[in-house]
Amino acid sequence: MHAKELIARRVALELNDGDIVNLGIGLPTMVADYLPEGVSITLQSENGFLGLGPLHDTDPTVCNAGGQPCGMVPGAATFDSSFSFALIRGGHVDACVLGGLQVDEGANLANWMVPGKMVPGMGGAMDLVVGSRKVIVAMEHCARDGGAKILPRCTLPLTAVNVVSMIVTELGVFVFEEGKLTLTELAPGVELATVREKTGAAFAVAPDLCTMPLGV
Amino acid sequence: MKSKVTSLDTVAGVFRDGMSVMFGGFMGVGTPPLLIQALLDSGVRDLTLIGNDTAFPDRGVGPLIGSGRVRRVIASHIGLNPETGRRMMAGEMEVELVPQGTLIERIRAGGAGLGGVLTPTGIGTVVEEGKQRLAIGGKDYLLELPLRADLALLHAWEGDRAGNLYFRRSTRNFNPVIALAADYVMAQVDNLVAIGELDPDRVATPAALVDAVIKS
Repeated sequence: MHAKELIARRVALELNDGDIVNLGIGLPTMVADYLPEGVSITLQSENGFLGLGPLHDTDPTVCNAGGQPCGMVPGAATFDSSFSFALIRGGHVDACVLGGLQVDEGANLANWMVPGKMVPGMGGAMDLVVGSRKVIVAMEHCARDGGAKILPRCTLPLTAVNVVSMIVTELGVFVFEEGKLTLTELAPGVELATVREKTGAAFAVAPDLCTMPLGV
Repeated sequence: MKSKVTSLDTVAGVFRDGMSVMFGGFMGVGTPPLLIQALLDSGVRDLTLIGNDTAFPDRGVGPLIGSGRVRRVIASHIGLNPETGRRMMAGEMEVELVPQGTLIERIRAGGAGLGGVLTPTGIGTVVEEGKQRLAIGGKDYLLELPLRADLALLHAWEGDRAGNLYFRRSTRNFNPVIALAADYVMAQVDNLVAIGELDPDRVATPAALVDAVIKS
């Protein structure tokens, strides 16, 4: 199984029936494809609606938060950006899933810029991680150059401080248990030593460390 | 009620060098192409653009950025228009990046007579630099100041001749909010109807806020 599919499958198990969820562009979007049976969620699109769905007929008045054409499911609701971010900051979004460049021991997240290289702007990311009830970072464990992305301290500009609830990578799952970064699951066939080798941050290992469930 | 339907030539008389211009739209969806083109054709320069993003090079306000007539941009995202980043890096254009939820609330505050807004978004990040942090009820917030502009450019799906406006699907985004925060408000209307034909409950921007209506 490709790393991205594995990550998306595991994240999907974190979502509960009836949740309002915001999925970031890219890997996080894939999570919607792997929801367990009986779990129905409502996707929020921060540009102004609840009920994001697959594209059927292109409608120039509908786009997703990446500016791409998309659909709306039956029962969708539209609103302006002020209301949209009231939903986000006001704690009405149960979970957001987004990618990460770096996460650190303080549950800090960096995912919006690389000085001198990539300055796209934060868009809605800073509001989403501050306001969502649960923040799940779905990312590949290491950077393209092999460097660790889970670090003692983020070196890139932060998106927000102490907001990450969970990190899901192709090697395992970490949660912040009473503020302490804790490994709770290993991906199938992955050894603890491999995770230690590829993780820059210090982390605890849950006493009931188990193999990552991947759903159907 | 008086008709405010007018021609592009007439509204072009409002454009001035150095103006601040708010625009509706998210990646161009909800941005009025005719009004952007009129601004471009007028040749005015040193503009300050305030809106969610700089879209793609060929959509929304993208062509304005490419024309070199923009001195300053206040937006949440510039990553899908490489021309914005290039001009920013070259020092030809100033860009202030603002979290999306903060940007819309700063505009709302500007239009609602508020002295600012308090938001937890941006705490501990570069967004906090130079801003006041206030503790309210044991929680920290940043004081974000209101934004206003000389001109607002809206794109409505339907509107009457007086300027009552309805925004379809995800085109609403910043449109109704900027209508409150600018000294002069222009709307491009795709489907123009007679006064009295638009159900009052569908009106997202009341005619009282709109100064000029241009038919698509």
